[in-house]
Amino acid sequence: MFRVARLIAAKDLRVELRSRVVTNQVLPFAAIVMVMFAFALNSDAVVSRVAPGLVWLATLFSLLILVQRSFAIENADGATDALRAAGVDPSGIFLGKAMALAVQLAVLELVLLVSAVVLYSTELRVGGIVLLLVTFVAATVGLALVGTLYGGLAGGVRGRETLLPLLLLPVVAPVLIGATRATESALGTGGATVADGWPWVGLLAVFVALFSVGGTLAFGPLIEE
Amino acid sequence: MATPDIETSATAASTRAGTGTTFTRFVGLATIVGMIALGVFGLLLSPADVQQSDSVRILYIHVGTVWIAYVAFAVTALSSAAYLWKRTTSLTWDRLAGASAEIGVLFMALTLLAGSLWGRLSWGKFWVWDARVTSTAFMFVTYVGYLAVRGLGGSHQQRARRSAVVALLAVLEIPLVHFSVKLWRGLHQDSSVADRTHVNLHGLMLFSLFISLVAFTLLYVWLLMHRQRVLAMQDAIDNTGLDYALQQRRDEGDL
Repeated sequence: MFRVARLIAAKDLRVELRSRVVTNQVLPFAAIVMVMFAFALNSDAVVSRVAPGLVWLATLFSLLILVQRSFAIENADGATDALRAAGVDPSGIFLGKAMALAVQLAVLELVLLVSAVVLYSTELRVGGIVLLLVTFVAATVGLALVGTLYGGLAGGVRGRETLLPLLLLPVVAPVLIGATRATESALGTGGATVADGWPWVGLLAVFVALFSVGGTLAFGPLIEE
Repeated sequence: MATPDIETSATAASTRAGTGTTFTRFVGLATIVGMIALGVFGLLLSPADVQQSDSVRILYIHVGTVWIAYVAFAVTALSSAAYLWKRTTSLTWDRLAGASAEIGVLFMALTLLAGSLWGRLSWGKFWVWDARVTSTAFMFVTYVGYLAVRGLGGSHQQRARRSAVVALLAVLEIPLVHFSVKLWRGLHQDSSVADRTHVNLHGLMLFSLFISLVAFTLLYVWLLMHRQRVLAMQDAIDNTGLDYALQQRRDEGDL
Protein backbone atom coordinates (compact mmCIF):
# COMPACT_ATOMS: atom_id res chain seq x y z
CA MET A 1 0.00 0.00 0.00
CA PHE A 2 2.73 2.46 0.94
CA ARG A 3 4.83 1.57 -2.09
CA VAL A 4 1.81 2.28 -4.31
CA ALA A 5 1.23 5.53 -2.41
CA ARG A 6 4.81 6.64 -2.99
CA LEU A 7 4.57 5.84 -6.70
CA ILE A 8 1.26 7.67 -7.10
CA ALA A 9 2.58 10.70 -5.20
CA ALA A 10 5.74 10.78 -7.30
CA LYS A 11 3.64 10.54 -10.47
CA ASP A 12 1.38 13.45 -9.42
CA LEU A 13 4.33 15.63 -8.48
CA ARG A 14 6.11 14.78 -11.73
CA VAL A 15 2.99 15.78 -13.68
CA GLU A 16 3.00 19.08 -11.80
CA LEU A 17 6.73 19.67 -12.31
CA ARG A 18 6.29 19.25 -16.04
CA SER A 19 2.97 21.04 -16.50
CA ARG A 20 3.47 23.82 -13.91
CA VAL A 21 -0.29 24.35 -13.63
CA VAL A 22 -0.23 24.87 -9.86
CA THR A 23 2.87 27.04 -9.97
CA ASN A 24 1.66 29.24 -12.80
CA GLN A 25 -2.04 29.40 -12.01
CA VAL A 26 -2.95 28.45 -8.45
CA LEU A 27 -0.16 30.31 -6.64
CA PRO A 28 -0.87 33.62 -8.42
CA PHE A 29 -4.58 33.07 -7.70
CA ALA A 30 -3.88 32.65 -3.98
CA ALA A 31 -1.72 35.80 -3.97
CA ILE A 32 -4.41 37.85 -5.69
CA VAL A 33 -6.97 36.63 -3.16
CA MET A 34 -4.76 37.99 -0.37
CA VAL A 35 -4.65 41.39 -2.13
CA MET A 36 -8.44 41.30 -2.61
CA PHE A 37 -8.96 40.68 1.11
CA ALA A 38 -7.02 43.86 1.83
CA PHE A 39 -9.19 45.79 -0.66
CA ALA A 40 -12.38 44.47 0.94
CA LEU A 41 -11.37 45.12 4.54
CA ASN A 42 -9.72 48.46 3.81
CA SER A 43 -8.02 48.91 7.18
CA ASP A 44 -4.45 48.05 8.19
CA ALA A 45 -5.48 47.33 11.77
CA VAL A 46 -8.31 45.00 10.79
CA VAL A 47 -6.20 43.20 8.20
CA SER A 48 -3.35 42.48 10.57
CA ARG A 49 -5.83 41.31 13.25
CA VAL A 50 -7.53 38.83 10.90
CA ALA A 51 -4.42 37.85 8.90
CA PRO A 52 -4.27 34.22 10.22
CA GLY A 53 -7.91 33.67 9.25
CA LEU A 54 -7.33 35.13 5.80
CA VAL A 55 -4.32 32.89 5.22
CA TRP A 56 -6.41 29.81 5.96
CA LEU A 57 -9.42 31.04 4.03
CA ALA A 58 -7.23 31.61 0.97
CA THR A 59 -5.80 28.11 1.55
CA LEU A 60 -9.30 26.61 1.48
CA PHE A 61 -10.22 28.38 -1.75
CA SER A 62 -7.00 27.22 -3.34
CA LEU A 63 -7.56 23.71 -1.98
CA LEU A 64 -10.75 23.45 -4.05
CA ILE A 65 -8.77 24.25 -7.20
CA LEU A 66 -5.88 21.97 -6.29
CA VAL A 67 -8.25 19.05 -5.65
CA GLN A 68 -9.98 19.60 -8.97
CA ARG A 69 -6.64 19.69 -10.74
CA SER A 70 -5.51 16.56 -8.90
CA PHE A 71 -8.50 14.59 -10.20
CA ALA A 72 -8.60 16.24 -13.62
CA ILE A 73 -5.31 14.51 -14.41
CA GLU A 74 -6.84 11.19 -13.28
CA ASN A 75 -9.96 11.54 -15.38
CA ALA A 76 -8.14 12.57 -18.54
CA ASP A 77 -7.67 9.53 -20.79
CA GLY A 78 -9.49 7.37 -18.22
CA ALA A 79 -6.42 7.12 -15.99
CA THR A 80 -8.47 6.12 -12.94
CA ASP A 81 -10.13 3.31 -14.87
CA ALA A 82 -6.71 2.09 -15.99
CA LEU A 83 -5.45 2.11 -12.41
CA ARG A 84 -8.49 0.17 -11.24
CA ALA A 85 -8.24 -2.28 -14.10
CA ALA A 86 -4.60 -2.85 -13.15
CA GLY A 87 -5.73 -3.87 -9.68
CA VAL A 88 -3.97 -1.04 -7.87
CA ASP A 89 -4.95 -0.84 -4.20
CA PRO A 90 -7.44 2.07 -3.78
CA SER A 91 -6.05 2.85 -0.31
CA GLY A 92 -2.65 3.30 -1.92
CA ILE A 93 -4.12 5.64 -4.55
CA PHE A 94 -5.83 7.60 -1.80
CA LEU A 95 -2.70 8.01 0.34
CA GLY A 96 -0.53 8.75 -2.68
CA LYS A 97 -2.78 11.47 -4.04
CA ALA A 98 -3.13 12.92 -0.53
CA MET A 99 0.66 13.01 -0.15
CA ALA A 100 1.11 14.83 -3.46
CA LEU A 101 -1.69 17.23 -2.55
CA ALA A 102 -0.08 17.88 0.85
CA VAL A 103 3.23 18.81 -0.79
CA GLN A 104 1.50 21.25 -3.15
CA LEU A 105 -0.55 22.70 -0.29
CA ALA A 106 2.57 23.18 1.82
CA VAL A 107 4.22 25.22 -0.94
CA LEU A 108 1.03 27.24 -1.34
CA GLU A 109 0.74 27.94 2.40
CA LEU A 110 4.34 29.08 2.52
CA VAL A 111 3.60 31.58 -0.24
CA LEU A 112 0.47 32.75 1.59
CA LEU A 113 2.34 33.14 4.87
CA VAL A 114 5.08 35.16 3.20
CA SER A 115 2.49 37.33 1.47
CA ALA A 116 0.78 37.90 4.84
CA VAL A 117 4.13 39.03 6.26
CA VAL A 118 4.70 41.32 3.30
CA LEU A 119 1.16 42.63 2.68
CA TYR A 120 -0.42 42.59 6.14
CA SER A 121 2.75 43.35 8.16
CA THR A 122 2.28 40.10 10.08
CA GLU A 123 5.25 39.43 12.36
CA LEU A 124 6.57 35.97 13.14
CA ARG A 125 7.94 35.46 16.63
CA VAL A 126 10.65 33.04 17.66
CA GLY A 127 8.69 31.50 20.56
CA GLY A 128 5.82 30.53 18.28
CA ILE A 129 7.82 28.91 15.47
CA VAL A 130 7.37 25.35 16.73
CA LEU A 131 3.62 25.82 17.20
CA LEU A 132 3.36 27.46 13.78
CA LEU A 133 5.22 24.61 12.11
CA VAL A 134 3.20 21.87 13.83
CA THR A 135 -0.06 23.67 13.03
CA PHE A 136 0.83 23.99 9.37
CA VAL A 137 1.85 20.35 9.10
CA ALA A 138 -1.29 19.06 10.88
CA ALA A 139 -3.68 21.32 8.96
CA THR A 140 -2.00 20.54 5.63
CA VAL A 141 -2.25 16.79 6.16
CA GLY A 142 -5.88 17.10 7.28
CA LEU A 143 -6.87 19.22 4.28
CA ALA A 144 -5.02 16.93 1.86
CA LEU A 145 -6.78 13.83 3.23
CA VAL A 146 -10.29 15.28 3.14
CA GLY A 147 -9.67 17.02 -0.17
CA THR A 148 -8.57 13.76 -1.79
CA LEU A 149 -11.50 11.85 -0.32
CA TYR A 150 -14.21 14.20 -1.59
CA GLY A 151 -12.26 14.96 -4.75
CA GLY A 152 -12.39 11.27 -5.60
CA LEU A 153 -16.13 11.29 -5.11
CA ALA A 154 -16.89 14.42 -7.13
CA GLY A 155 -14.11 13.89 -9.67
CA GLY A 156 -15.28 10.42 -10.66
CA VAL A 157 -18.44 11.84 -12.18
CA ARG A 158 -17.88 13.91 -15.28
CA GLY A 159 -19.08 17.50 -15.22
CA ARG A 160 -19.91 17.50 -11.51
CA GLU A 161 -17.03 19.63 -10.24
CA THR A 162 -19.58 22.14 -8.91
CA LEU A 163 -20.47 19.64 -6.20
CA LEU A 164 -17.01 19.66 -4.62
CA PRO A 165 -17.24 22.98 -2.70
CA LEU A 166 -20.64 22.05 -1.27
CA LEU A 167 -19.31 18.74 0.04
CA LEU A 168 -15.84 19.84 1.05
CA LEU A 169 -16.28 23.20 2.79
CA PRO A 170 -18.57 22.02 5.63
CA VAL A 171 -16.18 19.16 6.36
CA VAL A 172 -13.08 21.36 6.58
CA ALA A 173 -14.72 23.89 8.91
CA PRO A 174 -12.96 22.33 11.95
CA VAL A 175 -9.61 22.80 10.20
CA LEU A 176 -10.39 26.45 9.47
CA ILE A 177 -11.32 27.04 13.11
CA GLY A 178 -8.45 25.05 14.62
CA ALA A 179 -5.70 26.22 12.27
CA THR A 180 -6.73 29.87 12.50
CA ARG A 181 -6.79 29.89 16.31
CA ALA A 182 -3.48 28.03 16.55
CA THR A 183 -1.86 30.38 14.03
CA GLU A 184 -3.13 33.40 15.97
CA SER A 185 -1.48 31.97 19.07
CA ALA A 186 1.76 31.30 17.26
CA LEU A 187 1.87 34.83 15.85
CA GLY A 188 0.51 36.50 18.97
CA THR A 189 -2.40 38.06 17.06
CA GLY A 190 -4.84 39.87 19.35
CA GLY A 191 -2.69 39.13 22.42
CA ALA A 192 -3.02 35.33 22.15
CA THR A 193 -0.30 33.32 23.89
CA VAL A 194 1.54 30.30 22.50
CA ALA A 195 0.09 28.04 25.22
CA ASP A 196 -3.45 28.85 23.99
CA GLY A 197 -2.60 27.32 20.64
CA TRP A 198 -1.82 23.73 21.58
CA PRO A 199 -5.41 22.57 22.27
CA TRP A 200 -6.27 23.64 18.72
CA VAL A 201 -3.42 21.54 17.39
CA GLY A 202 -5.06 18.70 19.32
CA LEU A 203 -8.28 19.32 17.40
CA LEU A 204 -6.34 19.21 14.12
CA ALA A 205 -4.68 15.96 15.19
CA VAL A 206 -8.07 14.36 15.92
CA PHE A 207 -9.25 15.50 12.49
CA VAL A 208 -6.20 13.96 10.79
CA ALA A 209 -6.58 10.69 12.72
CA LEU A 210 -10.29 10.32 11.90
CA PHE A 211 -10.00 11.12 8.21
CA SER A 212 -6.83 9.13 7.57
CA VAL A 213 -8.64 5.99 8.76
CA GLY A 214 -12.07 6.96 7.38
CA GLY A 215 -10.62 8.09 4.06
CA THR A 216 -8.51 4.97 3.55
CA LEU A 217 -11.60 2.82 4.12
CA ALA A 218 -14.09 4.94 2.16
CA PHE A 219 -12.02 5.85 -0.89
CA GLY A 220 -12.21 2.40 -2.50
CA PRO A 221 -16.01 2.13 -2.56
CA LEU A 222 -16.21 5.76 -3.74
CA ILE A 223 -14.07 5.39 -6.86
CA GLU A 224 -14.80 1.82 -7.95
CA GLU A 225 -17.86 1.91 -10.12
CA MET B 1 -49.72 2.50 -19.10
CA ALA B 2 -49.06 1.47 -22.68
CA THR B 3 -46.52 -1.25 -21.95
CA PRO B 4 -48.01 -3.68 -19.46
CA ASP B 5 -46.19 -6.63 -21.03
CA ILE B 6 -42.66 -5.56 -20.10
CA GLU B 7 -43.08 -4.80 -16.43
CA THR B 8 -41.08 -7.88 -15.55
CA SER B 9 -38.36 -6.10 -13.60
CA ALA B 10 -40.75 -3.87 -11.72
CA THR B 11 -40.79 -4.22 -7.97
CA ALA B 12 -43.94 -4.92 -6.02
CA ALA B 13 -44.47 -1.21 -5.45
CA SER B 14 -44.99 -0.42 -9.12
CA THR B 15 -47.88 -2.80 -9.49
CA ARG B 16 -49.91 -0.75 -7.04
CA ALA B 17 -51.82 2.24 -8.27
CA GLY B 18 -50.64 4.51 -5.44
CA THR B 19 -48.39 4.52 -2.42
CA GLY B 20 -51.18 4.29 0.15
CA THR B 21 -52.12 1.22 2.15
CA THR B 22 -54.53 0.69 5.03
CA PHE B 23 -51.66 1.26 7.42
CA THR B 24 -50.51 4.54 5.85
CA ARG B 25 -54.11 5.79 5.85
CA PHE B 26 -54.38 4.96 9.52
CA VAL B 27 -51.09 6.76 10.25
CA GLY B 28 -52.21 9.68 8.07
CA LEU B 29 -55.47 10.04 9.99
CA ALA B 30 -53.62 9.81 13.31
CA THR B 31 -51.25 12.54 12.06
CA ILE B 32 -54.17 14.84 11.24
CA VAL B 33 -55.68 14.24 14.68
CA GLY B 34 -52.28 14.85 16.30
CA MET B 35 -51.74 18.11 14.39
CA ILE B 36 -55.20 19.39 15.31
CA ALA B 37 -54.50 18.53 18.94
CA LEU B 38 -51.15 20.31 18.69
CA GLY B 39 -52.89 23.39 17.30
CA VAL B 40 -55.48 23.36 20.07
CA PHE B 41 -52.99 22.82 22.89
CA GLY B 42 -50.19 24.94 21.42
CA LEU B 43 -52.27 27.94 20.43
CA LEU B 44 -55.26 27.91 22.82
CA LEU B 45 -54.91 25.79 25.92
CA SER B 46 -51.27 26.24 26.93
CA PRO B 47 -50.48 29.52 28.69
CA ALA B 48 -48.17 32.25 27.38
CA ASP B 49 -44.70 32.25 28.88
CA VAL B 50 -43.83 34.70 31.67
CA GLN B 51 -40.74 35.97 29.87
CA GLN B 52 -41.28 35.06 26.24
CA SER B 53 -45.08 35.68 26.16
CA ASP B 54 -46.72 34.19 23.03
CA SER B 55 -43.49 33.61 21.14
CA VAL B 56 -42.99 30.48 23.24
CA ARG B 57 -45.64 28.84 21.04
CA ILE B 58 -43.14 28.73 18.17
CA LEU B 59 -41.22 26.17 20.22
CA TYR B 60 -44.04 23.65 19.90
CA ILE B 61 -43.17 23.55 16.20
CA HIS B 62 -39.44 24.05 16.62
CA VAL B 63 -38.88 21.18 19.04
CA GLY B 64 -40.99 18.80 16.94
CA THR B 65 -39.21 19.61 13.68
CA VAL B 66 -35.70 19.39 15.12
CA TRP B 67 -36.58 16.06 16.73
CA ILE B 68 -37.72 14.71 13.37
CA ALA B 69 -34.62 16.03 11.63
CA TYR B 70 -32.37 14.19 14.07
CA VAL B 71 -34.45 11.01 13.87
CA ALA B 72 -34.43 11.21 10.07
CA PHE B 73 -30.64 11.62 9.85
CA ALA B 74 -30.15 8.78 12.31
CA VAL B 75 -32.36 6.56 10.15
CA THR B 76 -30.34 7.60 7.09
CA ALA B 77 -27.09 6.64 8.80
CA LEU B 78 -28.43 3.28 10.01
CA SER B 79 -29.99 2.40 6.64
CA SER B 80 -26.75 3.34 4.88
CA ALA B 81 -24.78 1.08 7.20
CA ALA B 82 -27.33 -1.68 6.56
CA TYR B 83 -26.85 -1.23 2.81
CA LEU B 84 -23.05 -1.42 3.04
CA TRP B 85 -23.11 -4.47 5.30
CA LYS B 86 -22.96 -7.40 2.91
CA ARG B 87 -25.46 -9.60 4.70
CA THR B 88 -28.25 -7.02 4.56
CA THR B 89 -27.44 -5.21 1.33
CA SER B 90 -30.62 -4.23 -0.51
CA LEU B 91 -31.71 -1.21 -2.51
CA THR B 92 -34.65 -0.88 -0.11
CA TRP B 93 -32.19 0.31 2.55
CA ASP B 94 -30.78 2.81 0.08
CA ARG B 95 -34.22 4.19 -0.74
CA LEU B 96 -35.10 4.32 2.94
CA ALA B 97 -31.91 6.31 3.59
CA GLY B 98 -32.70 8.67 0.72
CA ALA B 99 -36.33 9.20 1.69
CA SER B 100 -35.36 9.82 5.29
CA ALA B 101 -32.64 12.30 4.35
CA GLU B 102 -35.08 14.25 2.16
CA ILE B 103 -37.52 14.53 5.05
CA GLY B 104 -34.66 15.39 7.41
CA VAL B 105 -33.46 18.24 5.19
CA LEU B 106 -37.01 19.60 4.93
CA PHE B 107 -37.51 19.52 8.69
CA MET B 108 -34.06 20.93 9.37
CA ALA B 109 -34.96 23.87 7.11
CA LEU B 110 -38.20 24.34 9.06
CA THR B 111 -36.22 24.12 12.31
CA LEU B 112 -33.81 26.84 11.21
CA LEU B 113 -36.70 28.98 9.97
CA ALA B 114 -38.82 28.64 13.12
CA GLY B 115 -35.71 28.99 15.27
CA SER B 116 -34.62 32.23 13.63
CA LEU B 117 -38.13 33.67 13.96
CA TRP B 118 -38.16 32.72 17.63
CA GLY B 119 -34.65 34.15 18.01
CA ARG B 120 -35.74 37.46 16.50
CA LEU B 121 -38.50 37.70 19.09
CA SER B 122 -36.51 36.44 22.07
CA TRP B 123 -32.95 37.58 21.43
CA GLY B 124 -33.66 40.42 18.99
CA LYS B 125 -31.58 38.64 16.34
CA PHE B 126 -32.38 36.12 13.63
CA TRP B 127 -29.04 34.43 14.11
CA VAL B 128 -26.62 34.00 17.00
CA TRP B 129 -23.24 32.30 16.68
CA ASP B 130 -24.14 29.74 19.27
CA ALA B 131 -22.47 26.33 18.95
CA ARG B 132 -25.73 24.43 18.67
CA VAL B 133 -27.25 26.81 16.14
CA THR B 134 -24.11 26.87 14.01
CA SER B 135 -23.56 23.14 13.95
CA THR B 136 -27.24 22.64 13.10
CA ALA B 137 -26.73 24.82 10.03
CA PHE B 138 -23.69 22.74 9.09
CA MET B 139 -25.73 19.58 9.46
CA PHE B 140 -28.33 21.04 7.11
CA VAL B 141 -25.72 21.88 4.47
CA THR B 142 -24.09 18.46 4.85
CA TYR B 143 -27.34 16.65 4.06
CA VAL B 144 -28.13 19.02 1.19
CA GLY B 145 -24.77 17.79 -0.14
CA TYR B 146 -25.81 14.19 0.53
CA LEU B 147 -28.96 14.68 -1.53
CA ALA B 148 -26.86 16.21 -4.31
CA VAL B 149 -24.65 13.11 -4.26
CA ARG B 150 -27.76 10.96 -4.59
CA GLY B 151 -28.66 12.90 -7.72
CA LEU B 152 -25.30 12.31 -9.44
CA GLY B 153 -26.62 9.59 -11.70
CA GLY B 154 -25.22 6.21 -12.65
CA SER B 155 -26.78 2.86 -11.85
CA HIS B 156 -28.92 2.35 -8.76
CA GLN B 157 -26.14 0.33 -7.16
CA GLN B 158 -23.60 3.08 -7.85
CA ARG B 159 -25.92 5.66 -6.34
CA ALA B 160 -26.56 3.47 -3.32
CA ARG B 161 -22.92 2.74 -2.52
CA ARG B 162 -21.71 6.27 -3.16
CA SER B 163 -24.43 7.89 -1.05
CA ALA B 164 -24.13 5.31 1.74
CA VAL B 165 -20.42 6.10 2.09
CA VAL B 166 -21.16 9.83 2.12
CA ALA B 167 -23.86 9.31 4.77
CA LEU B 168 -21.40 7.46 7.00
CA LEU B 169 -18.75 10.15 6.47
CA ALA B 170 -21.35 12.67 7.63
CA VAL B 171 -21.62 10.72 10.88
CA LEU B 172 -17.87 11.17 11.25
CA GLU B 173 -17.98 14.85 10.36
CA ILE B 174 -20.93 16.18 12.34
CA PRO B 175 -19.65 15.50 15.89
CA LEU B 176 -16.29 16.96 14.89
CA VAL B 177 -17.88 20.15 13.54
CA HIS B 178 -20.06 20.44 16.64
CA PHE B 179 -17.09 19.93 18.94
CA SER B 180 -14.90 22.47 17.13
CA VAL B 181 -17.64 25.11 16.95
CA LYS B 182 -18.24 24.57 20.66
CA LEU B 183 -14.55 25.09 21.38
CA TRP B 184 -14.56 28.15 19.14
CA ARG B 185 -17.53 29.70 20.96
CA GLY B 186 -16.32 28.55 24.34
CA LEU B 187 -13.23 30.68 24.14
CA HIS B 188 -14.95 33.74 22.76
CA GLN B 189 -18.19 34.05 24.66
CA ASP B 190 -18.69 33.65 28.38
CA SER B 191 -22.19 32.26 28.41
CA SER B 192 -24.42 30.93 25.71
CA VAL B 193 -27.71 32.72 25.14
CA ALA B 194 -29.33 29.50 24.09
CA ASP B 195 -28.98 28.00 27.55
CA ARG B 196 -32.60 27.59 28.51
CA THR B 197 -32.20 24.66 30.87
CA HIS B 198 -33.13 26.74 33.92
CA VAL B 199 -36.61 27.38 32.56
CA ASN B 200 -39.29 25.74 34.65
CA LEU B 201 -41.98 24.38 32.37
CA HIS B 202 -45.67 24.72 33.10
CA GLY B 203 -47.47 21.35 33.01
CA LEU B 204 -49.62 22.23 29.99
CA MET B 205 -46.56 23.52 28.13
CA LEU B 206 -44.79 20.23 28.71
CA PHE B 207 -47.87 18.36 27.53
CA SER B 208 -48.06 20.50 24.37
CA LEU B 209 -44.42 19.72 23.66
CA PHE B 210 -45.21 16.04 24.14
CA ILE B 211 -48.08 16.26 21.64
CA SER B 212 -45.74 18.05 19.26
CA LEU B 213 -43.25 15.18 19.40
CA VAL B 214 -45.96 12.57 18.87
CA ALA B 215 -47.68 14.45 16.02
CA PHE B 216 -44.43 15.14 14.18
CA THR B 217 -43.25 11.56 14.62
CA LEU B 218 -46.50 10.32 13.05
CA LEU B 219 -46.02 12.80 10.22
CA TYR B 220 -42.47 11.53 9.70
CA VAL B 221 -43.55 7.89 9.55
CA TRP B 222 -46.31 8.75 7.08
CA LEU B 223 -44.03 10.80 4.84
CA LEU B 224 -41.27 8.19 5.01
CA MET B 225 -43.50 5.31 3.91
CA HIS B 226 -44.94 7.26 0.99
CA ARG B 227 -41.63 8.74 -0.10
CA GLN B 228 -39.83 5.42 0.09
CA ARG B 229 -42.49 3.86 -2.13
CA VAL B 230 -42.31 6.73 -4.61
CA LEU B 231 -38.54 6.21 -4.85
CA ALA B 232 -39.08 2.49 -5.39
CA MET B 233 -41.50 3.33 -8.20
CA GLN B 234 -38.98 5.71 -9.76
CA ASP B 235 -36.35 2.99 -9.74
CA ALA B 236 -38.85 0.59 -11.26
CA ILE B 237 -39.63 3.11 -14.00
CA ASP B 238 -35.90 3.44 -14.70
CA ASN B 239 -35.66 -0.33 -15.07
CA THR B 240 -38.78 -0.79 -17.20
CA GLY B 241 -37.85 2.28 -19.21
CA LEU B 242 -34.62 0.57 -20.22
CA ASP B 243 -36.41 -2.70 -20.96
CA TYR B 244 -38.94 -0.77 -23.02
CA ALA B 245 -36.25 0.93 -25.08
CA LEU B 246 -34.50 -2.40 -25.67
CA GLN B 247 -37.77 -3.99 -26.72
CA GLN B 248 -38.41 -1.16 -29.17
CA ARG B 249 -34.98 -1.56 -30.75
CA ARG B 250 -35.58 -5.32 -31.05
CA ASP B 251 -38.95 -4.69 -32.70
CA GLU B 252 -37.29 -2.36 -35.17
CA GLY B 253 -34.87 -5.14 -36.03
CA ASP B 254 -37.72 -7.57 -36.68
CA LEU B 255 -39.33 -5.32 -39.24
